[in-house]
Amino acid sequence: MVEFLSILIIKTLVVFAVSMLIVAYSTWIERKVLGHVQLRHGPTRVGFHGLLQPIADGIKGFFKEEVVPDNADKPVFILAPIISIAAALSLLVIIPFGDSVTIMGHKITLYLTDLDIGILYVLGISTIGSYGVMLGGWSSGNKYGVLGGLRASAQMISYELSMALAVISVVMVSGTLSLVGIVEQQAGLWNIVKQPLAFFIFIVCGLAELNRTPFDMPEAEAELACGYNVEYSSMKFALFFMAEYAHMFVFSAMVTTLFLGGWHGPLLPGPVWFFIKTFALIFFCVWERSTFPRYRYDEVMELGWKVLLPAGLLNILLTGLWMVIFNI
Amino acid sequence: MDKPDYVINVSSRRPEKGKYLLPLFKGLKYTLQNFFTKPITIQYPQERREVRDRWRGLHRLKVDDQGKLKCVACGLCAKICPPQAITIVPYEEEGQTRYPKEFIIDEIRCIFCGFCQEACPKDAIELTKVYDYVDYHREDFIFDIEKLKHPERFVFTGK
Repeated sequence: MVEFLSILIIKTLVVFAVSMLIVAYSTWIERKVLGHVQLRHGPTRVGFHGLLQPIADGIKGFFKEEVVPDNADKPVFILAPIISIAAALSLLVIIPFGDSVTIMGHKITLYLTDLDIGILYVLGISTIGSYGVMLGGWSSGNKYGVLGGLRASAQMISYELSMALAVISVVMVSGTLSLVGIVEQQAGLWNIVKQPLAFFIFIVCGLAELNRTPFDMPEAEAELACGYNVEYSSMKFALFFMAEYAHMFVFSAMVTTLFLGGWHGPLLPGPVWFFIKTFALIFFCVWERSTFPRYRYDEVMELGWKVLLPAGLLNILLTGLWMVIFNI
Repeated sequence: MDKPDYVINVSSRRPEKGKYLLPLFKGLKYTLQNFFTKPITIQYPQERREVRDRWRGLHRLKVDDQGKLKCVACGLCAKICPPQAITIVPYEEEGQTRYPKEFIIDEIRCIFCGFCQEACPKDAIELTKVYDYVDYHREDFIFDIEKLKHPERFVFTGK
């Protein structure tokens, strides 16, 4: 019992620490990549190639003055960033970083839990994250905040649906809802080959869920002056940002797990492959952000409901037919 | 309804739906190319843009081989100076050459036109390439002879 608990606690700490490090350094990756795309250097002053920049930013976040607007709904205003970050961090539980390894006679699995309904857990909890955004915008007593929050919730509801449809076709192919099971099933052939359309839908919907360009409606700088987090300052603002980057990491990990074969790969050990794929996807998120302009709001809705949703349904239909015809 | 030729109907030139998909990938390619291109930033205090030789920056009062000022305090530069930024107090002992007792240039007033170096008959004043002198007080920008002798030490290094 003690052994089980201590292994679990150590694993939790390691996963948490590594993930927070990745979250912090994805801000560095973002600024660095954006800089180089725009023929700039990005952060260079703090540490070697600006590597200490996230830490400096964190310290700055802690020590800045905290402002709560007069007409803010104070309890909700404080609660919103907590919801955001909590939802983002609880998603780390089910990420399968790798297969099991044996250390000092103990068989240790490189994931915290293997939920039987892992993929449902991901979809559910990641939707809760949108409550943080929505409540944050609503409670700050600012019209830009409200608009940003509303847009965020509308967008997340619309895209969550198509995302779930994309996931369903993956689940149909895999025959399991457990993330570990889905990865194990991809040992021979990655799901991206079997489900290219689902992969595309999942990526697009994921970007919309992340509120990233080209779907950064909730924080459209030009229209909403930063959107739902206008009134937030210091560490609360930092929490929103950490939640966003944690979501980006989880999204990349999910794409890796569902479509790119998780820890499978030749030569290198499993977790290394997992992180290579995840970082490639994080790079993709930043890369497309530096490229694409923002969609207009009605176009976002149109794309979500009129293109992605039918495409998702069609994909499920095709997958079903394929499975019936070839009797899989 | 006939419209004149110069009226362009933007709405009729709208691209078809979905036409933007290919340009999106083109854009991705372009940004990736940029990503692997060397940044064109000049890291300013450490690296500096090389300016032309004719650049008109801070003034220098030239000295001759003995280390004495070439200036003979004729006052031509002060006379020609459009914003009247130069003040000269001449001094002359019996039988000696005139030299400036005080030579003050107000670098805030100066418009860096370079007339002073053009007017100087003795080639005693020139404009250097130093373009980034910074200081805290307005008085610091009123340069006396000592400051004017070596403007190069005022190059900004970020320290």
